[in-house]
Amino acid sequence: MSKERVVLRVENLKKAFGDKEVLKGVSFDMKEGETKVIIGPSGTGKSTLLSCINMLVTPDSGQIWLEEEEVTSAKNINKIRQEIGFVFQDFGLFNHLTALKNVMVGLTKVKKIEKDFAKEIAMKELTRVGLEREANMYPAQLSGGQKQRVGIARALAMSPKIILFDEPTSALDPELIGEVLSVMKNLAESGMTMLVVTHEMGFARTVSDEIIFMEHGHIVEQSSPEEMFKNPKNPRTKEFLFKLSELYGSE
Amino acid sequence: MWVTLQITFLTLGLGLVLALPISFGQVYGNKWIKALIAVYEKILRSIPELVILFLIFYGFPKIGIRFSPFAAVIIGLGFRSSAYQSQIFRGAINSVSSAQMRAARSLGMTNLRGFINIVLPQAIRIALPPWTNEFTIVLKDSSLAYALGVTELLRQGGYIIATKYEPMLIYLTVAVMYFIVTIAINKTLGSVEKRLAIPGFDVKETVR
Repeated sequence: MSKERVVLRVENLKKAFGDKEVLKGVSFDMKEGETKVIIGPSGTGKSTLLSCINMLVTPDSGQIWLEEEEVTSAKNINKIRQEIGFVFQDFGLFNHLTALKNVMVGLTKVKKIEKDFAKEIAMKELTRVGLEREANMYPAQLSGGQKQRVGIARALAMSPKIILFDEPTSALDPELIGEVLSVMKNLAESGMTMLVVTHEMGFARTVSDEIIFMEHGHIVEQSSPEEMFKNPKNPRTKEFLFKLSELYGSE
Repeated sequence: MWVTLQITFLTLGLGLVLALPISFGQVYGNKWIKALIAVYEKILRSIPELVILFLIFYGFPKIGIRFSPFAAVIIGLGFRSSAYQSQIFRGAINSVSSAQMRAARSLGMTNLRGFINIVLPQAIRIALPPWTNEFTIVLKDSSLAYALGVTELLRQGGYIIATKYEPMLIYLTVAVMYFIVTIAINKTLGSVEKRLAIPGFDVKETVR
């Protein structure tokens, strides 16, 4: 897997809600096949950053590039959104559709792929997340972990260039977190480009290529997991990681 | 009976045709549209049906607008029903969470496509029970056409009483006919509701 090609570039991104500045000039980029994890205290703009990347929230200034295309000035944002997968904290599954139809709907209604073929793709992705037997169940009949795996399959089916995960396990019961993380781990290993906001330090440490620590709308520090956990440069990073390890026990 | 059903269906139909754009305006419109609709609704929901009918049938000719009794009934009850029906649809659309639309947009759907494919199918299911209720209310209100001299079920009963003088028996018969139709409407739409129900997903709206 070539790790040279830049898939996503974010440059000096700023966003304020009213007079509250949430993002104060965030820049980073992601190469093909990379997994980056964003950590940081809540309310520091991590989720806003993800929402800005596919323009679900419009940034005030700065640029976002998806490969050669500028997302921030795109004429047809819907076209670009097809190439950016998004996995939500609250799953965002369509309640009136079965797991299979949830995964298919983007293919048939947005990409206009013929139904039988869309079904084939959807089944393949559901199998990939281990839910082929739940294909005909409705979201309300699935556990939280299963719902989130459907959410991931739905994002995958669109064959995106990158998938953004917005705290994908925060709404789950502890015993269900593992199944979602293991799907994500496999995905990362298969070479998917992934940007993950999470508090799961185990995942950050073992799966990510780089950890971004954000606070108060800034990127405070970004480095490899070894570097970040063993030898954090910024005192704020140190403090945050210490607090987390107090909470979860150091792994 | 036939006239009663005609009044019911035409009223409900007119109400529906008006209510859909009104509810869209309420949910997606700007503040002027919302304010205008709020006034429309408040007025229609605050005036007794009979006053609305008299106003249209006896009042409007004074400003040069004349309707047949039947047309006045359909217009009066239809507009009134549109105010109630729009509330039902507005509530249903609003109760489909905005997270559903957000997820639809994240897949690259336009607002319109997201509305048609994701929000509307869920909103219809939520709206069905209260809409069934409105249906039966319109059926019963159709008897107000009596006041404008339209020969609907109640007046038909009145005519028969005038010749046979059996008020108890005739009014009971009339009551039973309303009852049967109401039950039939409830049963039919109830089975539609069951057919559309999403397994495991409880719609928490109940009939008033």
